[in-house]
Amino acid sequence: MKYELVCGLETHVELATKTKIFCSCPNVFGGEPNTHCCPVCIGLPGTLPTLNRTAVEYAVMAGLATNCKICPISKMDRKNYVYPDLPKAYQISQYDMPLCRDGWVGLSDGRKVRLTRIHIEEDAGKLIHQRGSTLIDYNRGGVPLIEIVSEPDIRSVDEAIEYVEKLQMIMRYLGVSDCRMEEGSLRCDVNVSVRPQGSETLGTRTEIKNMNSFSHMTKALQYEMDRQIDLLESGEPVVQETRRYDEKTGCTEGMRGKENAHDYRYFREPDLVTIRVTEEMLAAVRAKMPEDPQKRLARFTAGYGLPEAEARLLIEHRRIADYFEAAAKGLRSPRSVANCITGPIFARLPDEPAKDAFRVAVPPEGLNALLRLVEAGKLRGNLAKSTLEKMLDTGKPASAFLSQKDLEGIGAQELKKLCGQAVRQNPDAAKDYLGGKEKALKALVGAVMKATRGRADPQQAQKLLKELLRQ
Amino acid sequence: MKTHGTVARLHGMLESRKISCTELTKVYLSAVGRDNAALNAYVKTTPETALETARRVDEKIAAGQPLAPLEGIPMTLKDNISTKGIETTCCSRMLRGYVPIYDATVWKILKGQNAVLLGKTNMDEFAMGSTCENSCFGGAGNPRDPGRVAGGSSGGVAAAVVGNLAAYGLGSDTGGSIREPASFCGAVGFKPTYGAVSRYGLVAFASSFDQIGPIAQSVEDAALVYDAVARRDPMDPTSSGSRGAVSPALGKDVRGLKIGIPKEYFDEIRSDVAQALQKAAGVWRSLGAEFVELSMPSVKLGLPIYYILACAEASSNLGRYDGIRYGYCTPHYADRDEMVCRTRSEGFGREVKRRILLGTYVLSAGYYDAYYKKAQNLRGAVVRTFDRAFGECDLMMTPTVPVTAFKKGRKTEDPVENYQTDICTVPINIAGLPAVSLPCGAGKDGLPVGMQLIGPRFSETALLNAAFQYEQAAGEAPYRVDGMGVRL
Repeated sequence: MKYELVCGLETHVELATKTKIFCSCPNVFGGEPNTHCCPVCIGLPGTLPTLNRTAVEYAVMAGLATNCKICPISKMDRKNYVYPDLPKAYQISQYDMPLCRDGWVGLSDGRKVRLTRIHIEEDAGKLIHQRGSTLIDYNRGGVPLIEIVSEPDIRSVDEAIEYVEKLQMIMRYLGVSDCRMEEGSLRCDVNVSVRPQGSETLGTRTEIKNMNSFSHMTKALQYEMDRQIDLLESGEPVVQETRRYDEKTGCTEGMRGKENAHDYRYFREPDLVTIRVTEEMLAAVRAKMPEDPQKRLARFTAGYGLPEAEARLLIEHRRIADYFEAAAKGLRSPRSVANCITGPIFARLPDEPAKDAFRVAVPPEGLNALLRLVEAGKLRGNLAKSTLEKMLDTGKPASAFLSQKDLEGIGAQELKKLCGQAVRQNPDAAKDYLGGKEKALKALVGAVMKATRGRADPQQAQKLLKELLRQ
Repeated sequence: MKTHGTVARLHGMLESRKISCTELTKVYLSAVGRDNAALNAYVKTTPETALETARRVDEKIAAGQPLAPLEGIPMTLKDNISTKGIETTCCSRMLRGYVPIYDATVWKILKGQNAVLLGKTNMDEFAMGSTCENSCFGGAGNPRDPGRVAGGSSGGVAAAVVGNLAAYGLGSDTGGSIREPASFCGAVGFKPTYGAVSRYGLVAFASSFDQIGPIAQSVEDAALVYDAVARRDPMDPTSSGSRGAVSPALGKDVRGLKIGIPKEYFDEIRSDVAQALQKAAGVWRSLGAEFVELSMPSVKLGLPIYYILACAEASSNLGRYDGIRYGYCTPHYADRDEMVCRTRSEGFGREVKRRILLGTYVLSAGYYDAYYKKAQNLRGAVVRTFDRAFGECDLMMTPTVPVTAFKKGRKTEDPVENYQTDICTVPINIAGLPAVSLPCGAGKDGLPVGMQLIGPRFSETALLNAAFQYEQAAGEAPYRVDGMGVRL
């Protein structure tokens, strides 16, 4: 029998607000343990939370960007449970009145993954197990989170990955989170069940907690799917439980214990007032939101005439796309900007976080100025390229590397003269070319370029050389 | 005129240089040293910080600078108000040795006005109780009769104020914890509208009920203290501040004031308490006030609503005491679960544990709808009942407590019977209303009877003005015991 996967995700995304959700401590990753803490976020007796408005705004943005309805009235609740990383013994979260409801995220095959809800809550601290004892770092305690809950609409491992990548791109785009799985600013709990293909009923599901990388997620999902199919094939039931993925063995295993028997005793957080999102606030948030990446992609291909693959590379990170648009302003060939970015600039950005941060020594105006010289015919492409490399290395403007003479180019008469010179000085190459070796022409062009210190137009030189040699 | 230590009088003495602030502080400190053993009002004294503040005030006086109304006045705080660098225990074994690293907003304000903190006062553990006997330091005695309880939970503040061991104090009131001890000891106890005073730094018992307020020897003093501390606090999102200063408005005629008498409040009160209130009614009539009889049957549901909701919130608020970060930690444990379990078993007293269990139960899956949710809905009904009643009257008068202060150790083993003491006070917290308790004569036993005046939300000015007028007409203020504490 053929089986299909039925999968839904709960995705936690840390919001990149300046301060924590209920106090004014800085919201930054890492730091010496317990240095980004105050009486409020370590829950000292008598302290009270105050809700960070930016966290609400970011969550509203996330909701709007995923086609959610934003609830005009919502509230915070207490989720009570005892664990040392939770200093108040309750997490302030949202239970029955979340901020956002009923959204969706589109996949590349045109299918939609429906979102049940997005709610805001606080993150907990971290336990550090060390030489037989356990230490607690509360730096992360009180970092704002959104939890994005999807319907069980995902039907394959690939779709699950695409869905999370999509969320990651949307959140990064909005600037509401850096979504770094390796730093835990994006984490997933995955609900998995299988059923015979064509069946409409849902199978018993298991939940795999805390997926913190795409490769683990792929392996864990595949393993869990196979495990459940094996169980069903051998006539055994799937047990509804919470499971953990073991990176070493590549298997999922049941988390025995109290996790499944929790009664969180949710009730309204009496220390916080009702959250009201007015039409004015919604309008203000919409005005602050960047363009939707899908629309931007369409604009980059149709408007700037970029091939889709190249446009995607630029769109993926908002800062890169913004840089592209700033640098392409007023140019006849925006593609040359794209080439500079995907070529020499990307060569200097080793990984995704570096691309996301996009720290580039040359401001977009600098690149624009350089490419304007090329378009005006004042600067040859190859000289522009080497100049850009120098600019990227030093952060200095193009003028630091180009003389007046460089910008004047070579006149047609002079070039003809230089070509003749090159043929005379390299008789072997000339002979080889005439003897049928096309490549020999390259050596002659090289000689011309050398003599002009790169100012000549190599295409033009090649044309002139061919004419000369044919005579 | 009797010699007394009201805020207004002490302020005059300081400004006219009849006494220096340092001398005044020393007089209070030595009185506390002498008389506290009998009352057990203070659980901690803070002579160094008191004298240091006094010195600063004396410098101001010497420089000819004017003093704020509470500047240099010796006072006290209930031991559940967070004081930076000064142990704050909530009179629980769980928090012995806990020294906060931040100040409650009310204390920050008063400290900024050079209030002279003499020490922290006794209370029922985590403010849970009506006698002050649920304290890990032993209960506070009643200055009117030290064999009797001071009331609770802010019993220490009431005993200190009436026993002349502080000019005033701040307590907290979740279901009557300011008004009830004020009634038992014979003082003014004022619970402002929920949100008028910031709760930041008040160790939480039941967050949607808790409110800080003053206990004082006169209505005027209570108004002065209220005016000083009532303000919107960015650290407390549920705070809304005051609707204007009360003390400058005191003294307005109350002719034509309509006082509602909700008859259900008088059903189960002791006859001598009822008689004291009837006598008080005569004073009101002489002032030109009128009475309106009201029926508010839903207030009968006050006790169950209160004990379900307050315990639910408490069960969550007190979850943080696990021995890991501060306070008591059991010395005997094998693993983390056992550490938390034993710490809580050994650190909390019986009443606190009872309320945590009750609160956990009413929030549990399967019981939530039957208890918590139902009580929450009924809370709304009580609020509406009061709203309607205030359509017919300006304020209401009831007894504060159905009885007078009882003998120490009288408390029965039946908690429900003990909870009856709160029957007149809890509906006010359910509805978030302001209410003041002030003395109105004595019962058969010669002990003070408290009259509770209740106003609509944020009617502090009208409410305290009426109380002030009554106090002037009755002529019993300032409320204190002669021959105890400071002699000035």
